[in-house]
Amino acid sequence: MALEKITHVTGRGVSIPGNDIDTDRIIPARFMKCVTFDGLGEFLFYDVRKNADGTDRPHPLNDPRFKGATLLLSGANFGCGSSREHAPQAIQKYGFKTIIAENFAEIFFGNCTTLGVPCATASRTDIAKIAAAIEADPQTEVVVDVAKQEIRWGGQTVPAVVRADALDGLVNGRWDAIAELLDGAAAVQTKAVTLPYLAA
Amino acid sequence: MPKSLFEKVWDAHAVRTLANGQTQLLIGTHLIHEVTSPQAFGMVRDLGLKVVMPHRTFATVDHIVPTDQFVEPYSDPLAQAMMDELRKNCAEFGITFFDRATGKQGIVHIVGPEQGITQPGTTIACGDSHTSTHGAFGAVAFGIGTTQIRDVLATQTMALGKLKVRRINVTGKLQPGVYAKDVILHIIRVLGVNGGTGYAYEYAGEVFDRFSMEERMTVCNMSIEGGARAGYVNPDQTTFEYLKGRPYSPKGAAWDAAVERWAGFASDAGCHYDDIVTMDAADIAPTVTWGINPGQGISINETIPDPALATAVDEKASIEEALAYMKLTPGAPIKGTKINVAFLGSCTNGRLSDFQEVAKFLKGRKVAAGVKAIAVPGSQIVALQCEKLGLDKILAEAGFEWRAAGCSMCLAMNPDKLIGDQLCASSSNRNFKGRQGSTTGRTILMSPLMVAAAAVTGSVADAREVFSVSSH
Repeated sequence: MALEKITHVTGRGVSIPGNDIDTDRIIPARFMKCVTFDGLGEFLFYDVRKNADGTDRPHPLNDPRFKGATLLLSGANFGCGSSREHAPQAIQKYGFKTIIAENFAEIFFGNCTTLGVPCATASRTDIAKIAAAIEADPQTEVVVDVAKQEIRWGGQTVPAVVRADALDGLVNGRWDAIAELLDGAAAVQTKAVTLPYLAA
Repeated sequence: MPKSLFEKVWDAHAVRTLANGQTQLLIGTHLIHEVTSPQAFGMVRDLGLKVVMPHRTFATVDHIVPTDQFVEPYSDPLAQAMMDELRKNCAEFGITFFDRATGKQGIVHIVGPEQGITQPGTTIACGDSHTSTHGAFGAVAFGIGTTQIRDVLATQTMALGKLKVRRINVTGKLQPGVYAKDVILHIIRVLGVNGGTGYAYEYAGEVFDRFSMEERMTVCNMSIEGGARAGYVNPDQTTFEYLKGRPYSPKGAAWDAAVERWAGFASDAGCHYDDIVTMDAADIAPTVTWGINPGQGISINETIPDPALATAVDEKASIEEALAYMKLTPGAPIKGTKINVAFLGSCTNGRLSDFQEVAKFLKGRKVAAGVKAIAVPGSQIVALQCEKLGLDKILAEAGFEWRAAGCSMCLAMNPDKLIGDQLCASSSNRNFKGRQGSTTGRTILMSPLMVAAAAVTGSVADAREVFSVSSH
């Protein structure tokens, strides 16, 4: 199973500002009553994006200027709370290919990486600069260069960090670990016999 | 070289180093439930894989089960479909399923310990962030996403980077009316909701030495609310006594060998910690949240933060956002805030001792007029234990509805939900916007006895005053 080598992501961005945006807000629990991940994109940020009657509320994702954005910008501790993979699945299925934030909650970060969605960390000041550029011109093309650990737009470059293990997985096309984990089957068995509680 | 429990368990389960530098870690115990597992089974099928150690995965159903409907089909067809899917997957792959008919169903983090599946020195994973609960036994337990559930099903391993370890000592003695829930709300308040990122928390000190297993579980449960992926307490005599005689605990000679092995996993004196934090139990009061994340907490006698007094720009904005959502007044006392709903239950506080403590004080008291109060045992076994002791009757006489086991109103994936902007005094673990099922619903997190005090008075109250706790 050859995976794409994700060295960089290029696209237009949208800023969803705020700190501690939790996975319940990214996808409310009631939309997890499903047995596949299909169609989750339409429920992304549902309760802050929609009124009770299903009409739109003011929200960056409802702003036509940012339609088709593939880069999501946010604040600190993005994706905290529940481990639900439904959250990154909804983000990816909505059309996002990468997320830039000040930092990420741990489980969310791992879930995104495993789906091939790079999570890049940048400083608050730099995120504000990118957000300002997008606001001024929503057509601004932003490049999240995973390999070079930088973000570029309109002639500007700022540093970005994708944690080392995620970076390796993304740029080398092994962000989904399953093939490598399966390769270790013999070593797993060797280890398993040393642990009495695993005996059948 | 002296090692921490985390390092010992990690080393005992590390299979090999992967190309990206992460570790292929053997997951000895895998717990699953109906919400996050169906897609993982789908992936296993799509890739033509199999479940390699079906005897090491255990299933139960908790998030979607109605707590007031016992007969299937459930009135919510989506809930029924998830139930059916889990049943089908467990049957197809030979996985033990603690279904309702077994009498052992309940919230996954309550079922594992009560069955004796959760053991010291083991690795545990579950597609639920509150898997950190199992660390109470000296296990290293991770909440994982669905793709990782696939990995564990298909390989009994997952790829993970090693965590740092922060030891949190809570010294001294808790005052009467101060509980494990207050300890963890206090820890999160002090260290922040992302203070634990990259860490496993090792909880220690006299307070934890004295804590029962259920109290340790309450604290470990909310590690993730402090950003820590895992949290644990070193195993000791309290741990072993809890596990003795449970269905999945070793028996006979194997028991003695297991206890010896388990004891060896405890952190060695003088081992390395990446950080050490010490707190004094005397500084911890009954704690309640006022905002929209579990770190936004204050003691019951403090006033609601005023954004005008915030020192950082960020802090000001987050207080304003939280107060606007919570409809609370800056600078006002939190005590006396009117509530509409009281919820006792969840994987944080849905165990026997939680209901025992509440019933002890609630006997002869009544829930205030206009307050909807529900008590939801965390498992069928907890329910039975409570009923044998007559706790259900005490709660019912006071005005609490006594329900069947499940996650209930903690996350409202079932019929138990807030309506409109109702304010809920809740023994659960998250006060996020919309968490309890209404997009404008409001949650104040607190200990079970504080929930009971709020139920009785109809407002956020100091349980020590309402129930004269110190004189008991």
